[in-house]
Amino acid sequence: MTAVTTTTTAAPAPVTGELPQVRRRRRLSPGRRLPAARLAGPLLVVALWAAASAAGRLDPGAVPAPWTVLKTAAHLWTEGTLPGDVLTSLQRAAYGFAIGLTAGITLALASGLSRAGEALIDGTVQLNRAIPTLGLIPLFILWLGIGETFKIAIIAIVVYIPIYLNTHAALSGIDSRYVELAEVQGLSRFAFVRQVVIPGALPGFFVGLRLGVTGSWLGLVVLEQINATSGLGYLMFQAQNYGQSDVILVGLLIYGVFGLVSDSVVRLIERRVLSWRRTLSS
Amino acid sequence: MAPHTEQLTRPAVRLQGLTRSFDGRTVLDGIDLDLPAGQFTALLGHSGSGKSTLLRAVAGLDHGVAGTGQLTAPERVSVVFQDSRLLPWRRVLDNVLLGLDGKDAVERGRAALAEVGLKGRERAWPGQLSGGEAQRAALARSLVREPELLLADEPFGALDALTRIKMHSLLRDLWKRHRPSVLLVTHDVDEAIVLADRVLVLERGRIGLDLTIDHPHPRSYREPVLGEYRERLLAALGVTEDHA
Ligand SMILES: Nc1ncnc2c1ncn2[C@@H]1O[C@H](COP(=O)(O)OP(=O)(O)O)[C@@H](O)[C@H]1O
Ligand SMILES: [Mg+2]
Repeated sequence: MTAVTTTTTAAPAPVTGELPQVRRRRRLSPGRRLPAARLAGPLLVVALWAAASAAGRLDPGAVPAPWTVLKTAAHLWTEGTLPGDVLTSLQRAAYGFAIGLTAGITLALASGLSRAGEALIDGTVQLNRAIPTLGLIPLFILWLGIGETFKIAIIAIVVYIPIYLNTHAALSGIDSRYVELAEVQGLSRFAFVRQVVIPGALPGFFVGLRLGVTGSWLGLVVLEQINATSGLGYLMFQAQNYGQSDVILVGLLIYGVFGLVSDSVVRLIERRVLSWRRTLSS
Repeated sequence: MAPHTEQLTRPAVRLQGLTRSFDGRTVLDGIDLDLPAGQFTALLGHSGSGKSTLLRAVAGLDHGVAGTGQLTAPERVSVVFQDSRLLPWRRVLDNVLLGLDGKDAVERGRAALAEVGLKGRERAWPGQLSGGEAQRAALARSLVREPELLLADEPFGALDALTRIKMHSLLRDLWKRHRPSVLLVTHDVDEAIVLADRVLVLERGRIGLDLTIDHPHPRSYREPVLGEYRERLLAALGVTEDHA
């Protein structure tokens, strides 16, 4: 009986009419991405640059108009040394990067997978890392001469350090729960490394790889501006002597394209290889 | 009557005077225990009582832990952990096949997934599974190796109540079909009573109570007969229920 009285006294909704509408909460996330949104900023900058040049508000000697830069680029490409310079620069970066990548991976595997390797390698690399690589330039010139070898060696060092550090950290930071699982499943040492350790270290490797790619361009630019007799940096250095700001801008533009393209390629590979990661946040 | 009595003569696991200690603190204090082949045993105990320590010793996973005693366990042992421990970079089927080789491995993996109700999810990534599905995949991974001994350390502890009930009947069905010896570690008295034919209570480093539950399956939590077992187990765990 008491139950009945309770229900009647505690009558539900007040008789004031309709129930209040559910109000959607204010959205705090920025919302959906605009298509090609990342191009908007750069395009705006170029538009402003073009407008200012057309209006004669920029000193053409300091900042030439965008079309002047394009014209110079076309001219240098067809009549000048630009193709050869680009090729030389690309080769330096590619050789240095390839050697750095190989060294970084090899050393990281050797030191991440064996205690003896770690004892020999890790401390040495940490020491190497403490010395800013560009500070090694004078010594390397003494040892290797001002040729291509020394440039490639410096780029390789700039590249291998971040790749080694990130890959080694990922290899040795393997989740102990996965180690236990591999033991339970009776994996051989080799199968454990191949199926558990290396796939688990790939995200860390890619962090290092992207730093390495950036580093190879940085090393290239610095080396080519210090002392070179060919290559993009040399072209720009010459242009500085003759006050050709348009040529310098062409060089910068090409450096930018290098950086952008290589980073996109690495991102693309990373997305492919680590496709399983995209499912985690869901 | 306990099922398959004839199987229960040959011990699958034998512990004799097993001790384990951490930093001089004794966790297992001379445990003597036989687990007959094909028996479904549950191991109860408070948090920190040493259940995982015991299970890891039987699994051979306690590298570097101080201890003495004799330990015999079968060749083929599988372990199910509280987390499903699927490798996120391998698809579900490849996770089930981890460490398995042989021509028919893929077929067996598929069959095991079908058995736990994950047919069609072979190519899913672990990150796409719900907690219950992931744990079922982990069960498939341990069963595909046809273990003689299945060790499970609170395998359902991270699941919601509804999923847990489903997993209970799944585990019992799988056990009936494959007949491994099972040692199920849990802190849930009801889970132990519903699933196991024998319940051990670990107290102060020893087996404080060894209770055979002689009651037909499937069991429900609410059966009054089981209430008696429940009270005995709770008493052994030092928990008194207030019925007032
Ligand atoms: N690797 C370890 N190092 C130090 N102490 C540990 C370690 N593993 C377990 N212990 C201790 O041993 C006791 C039993 O732990 P455990 O077997 O995990 O308990 P349970 O699984 O019953 O909750 C706890 O007091 C715990 O702190
Ligand atoms: Mg535990």
